Amino acid sequence: MPSQELEAAYEIYTQYEGMRNVSAGPKLEVRQLNAFYGTKQALYDVDLAIEPNKVTALIGPSGCGKSTLIRCLNRMHELVPDARVKGQVLLDGSDIYSKALDPVDVRRRIGMVFQKPNPFPNMSIADNVVAGLRLNGVRDRGRLEEAGRRSLQRVYLWDEVKDELKRSGASLSGGQQQRLCIARALAIEPEVILMDEPCSALDPTATAKIEELIAELKAQYTVVIVTHNMQQASRVADYTAFMYLGKLIEYGETTALFERPKEQLTERYITGKFG
Amino acid sequence: MRSRRFLLDKVLISLVCMSVVIAIVPLASILYYVTIRGLPAMNPGFFTKLPPLPLPGAPGGLGNAIQGTLILVGLAACIGLPFGVLSGIYVSEYGKNFYGLTVRFLGDVLVGNPSIVVGILGFILLFRPFHGDNLYAGVFSLSIIMIPIVSIATAEALNLVPSSIREASAALGIRKWRTSLLVVSNAKSGVATGALLATARVMGEAAPLILTVGWSNFWYAGPTAPVASLTYAIWSFGTSGLQNWVNLAWGAAFFLIVMVIAINLAVRLLTRGRITYA
Amino acid sequence: MGAGRSRADIVFKALVLVFASSIVALTLAFFYELTTGSSYTLGEGFAFITSSTWGGSIGNFFGVLPAVYGSLVTSAIALLIGVPISLGVAIFLSELSPGHLRSPVSFVVELLAAVPSVVYGLWGIFIMVPFLTHNIYPLFRTYLGFLPIFQGYPTGQLPGASILDGGVVLAIMIIPIVSSISRDALQAVPDSQREAAYALGATRTEAIRISVLSYARSGILASIFLGLGRAFGETIAVAMVVGDTQRFSVSLFSPGYTLASLIVTQFTEATGPAYISALVEAGLVLLVVVFLTNIAARYLISRLAKSREAASYL
Repeated sequence: MPSQELEAAYEIYTQYEGMRNVSAGPKLEVRQLNAFYGTKQALYDVDLAIEPNKVTALIGPSGCGKSTLIRCLNRMHELVPDARVKGQVLLDGSDIYSKALDPVDVRRRIGMVFQKPNPFPNMSIADNVVAGLRLNGVRDRGRLEEAGRRSLQRVYLWDEVKDELKRSGASLSGGQQQRLCIARALAIEPEVILMDEPCSALDPTATAKIEELIAELKAQYTVVIVTHNMQQASRVADYTAFMYLGKLIEYGETTALFERPKEQLTERYITGKFG
Repeated sequence: MRSRRFLLDKVLISLVCMSVVIAIVPLASILYYVTIRGLPAMNPGFFTKLPPLPLPGAPGGLGNAIQGTLILVGLAACIGLPFGVLSGIYVSEYGKNFYGLTVRFLGDVLVGNPSIVVGILGFILLFRPFHGDNLYAGVFSLSIIMIPIVSIATAEALNLVPSSIREASAALGIRKWRTSLLVVSNAKSGVATGALLATARVMGEAAPLILTVGWSNFWYAGPTAPVASLTYAIWSFGTSGLQNWVNLAWGAAFFLIVMVIAINLAVRLLTRGRITYA
Repeated sequence: MGAGRSRADIVFKALVLVFASSIVALTLAFFYELTTGSSYTLGEGFAFITSSTWGGSIGNFFGVLPAVYGSLVTSAIALLIGVPISLGVAIFLSELSPGHLRSPVSFVVELLAAVPSVVYGLWGIFIMVPFLTHNIYPLFRTYLGFLPIFQGYPTGQLPGASILDGGVVLAIMIIPIVSSISRDALQAVPDSQREAAYALGATRTEAIRISVLSYARSGILASIFLGLGRAFGETIAVAMVVGDTQRFSVSLFSPGYTLASLIVTQFTEATGPAYISALVEAGLVLLVVVFLTNIAARYLISRLAKSREAASYL
């Protein structure tokens, strides 16, 4: 009796239902978020609404808390010893920090791509892409191959690696590795994709390819990207949030923020007066 | 499906924690029994008397064994430490070449050499010429156990010293040999750690001594006679089946464990949790 | 740069070079002396290892098969029991332990390494063996007694001494080396690997499995090789608990001996050059086996160090 098939089908159905029933409000809502590393506070009362199917950029000088904030969005912050979070992060209206939820569930729905590409070197390219699916119990070889191919196609890596799927994940170039990591994150069909400076370790050509990809991804996913490159934010993001010393200073549509910043701090950062 | 994953996670974590507990049990048991059976033997007589006759209830001590161990380990250190430290200095300061790497590699491999094999070498080289148990063979065997240990520990300690010290020293016109000694003085605690651990190790060695210095029921009688040692006493008295001898064996074990733990504590204090070698 | 070569420099460099060469000299001495020292019995070739004829009245032919068997079996038991425990300790210390427990637990493991072999033997004879014989082995005999390895009773000189006891003592003694090298290998895995696993929604043990354990594979394998070398060469503790009959039996409960225990118990009583030669050759076998396992381990560890360097440039 194909109970596994049944379960997989049920999961897809509930996700679909979930997506259909989502309210027209923000996909992710950050409410009064405070984050700590031990006694040191890194985020102060952050309120932010992330719109669905849009790209939101977090910008600011080093140490402003943008990386901490994005890691609070999928509960990766708490992996650091002595790290603490106060406040709420609502995904479709439900707090991801509620005691009823295990972080494992949250990270299934909110995926992450890191600054330095981190494919698993002891796994082949194919195994890397479907690693997340395997963790969730998908065993059927056919389904895994299918999902892997789809993911690799979506990041435009399929044609480049389709004859070498058995090679180690670490044997690709930097840009290819990062696209592999994006494919790996996409394979488990998350709703939100978080990207922590995804292009800062890559060359300009690879960066351009990934920026193109991000523009396409927002049709299906909600994307939040941390970047220290303002030009990248203006190229890629629909909304931008400017942070400074752990506080959210200004947030709005990207063009409005860059052309007519409301806060003086924002204006000084954008015109390059610091950071 | 999902809850199965969480259950498996909890089970595996419990297994890991259980294995830590299982690893601690033997140590706790050893410390406990060695103490309750060995402590009663710690009277002044233990340190001053000679071994008892093999008669039930005969009184005696292991004074000669303690004396023997001190002599053997002390002399072995006199050879093992200089050879080991100087060798470590070579590997770290002068050995960035094939020969140096070879010395380093062989040292690492020799650390794992079975002590019985060391005993055989000591037997062939120094027992035979003297036609019997003798001090030289024992000291030689113990020192060749010490040399690789001290050498590797010294080399690692010296490697941890930042190269800026060497560069600054050379820039001041100080000769290379003086610079090397300066580096050593900066790595004092690491070198001392190696020396202490090697000493603790040979204090507990028995196999080489069985083959080279044998056993004596009397005080130290010169380098061409057998020499008593605490480890030999435990080996021989412990398996003898005689209660008073077995008690002395526990006493010797207690004494050795106390010494060894003291040395390890001293090492911990010296390194204060910094990186140690494998 | 700096000073030129002075006489003191040359003397010092020569000094340390000579002293360092002692290590090379020792290695050569081991191989040379043990080979020439076993010249009487080297002529037997591989029969030395495969035969169980023990000379004396039969002549000058010595075969150490029972000892080889004992060494292999006790080492295998040591690895079977000791490696999982050591890995558990390593994973605990590297991945799961709360900060305040790390120091005490690793100190305990260091103490396990510091206990002298004879003390393990003494404790083994009087505490461990009786405990196992009265409480654990009967269970094996009852439930798994259909297997020939769990049949029979110890009948040696020392009541209770058996091959299984030898294996258990060795398992305890290899915990420090296997766990510390494995722990080094686990700690060398970059955090970015763990993050990648967690970001995919892995549980703690799943993350450890896919991101840490496979990355640290060669380091863990190296630790197992080192543990094997240690178990194979361990002498006193095993000799004290494994009995000393010269009979060959399949049962793990019967006494036996290992190459190392054979040498240490027979050496002082060996008469005749052939007898001694046989024991020296047994030592040569030990030397070669331990040397090879250590070389394999060090090679794997050096590859670990190289990949660690490479990863930091990613």
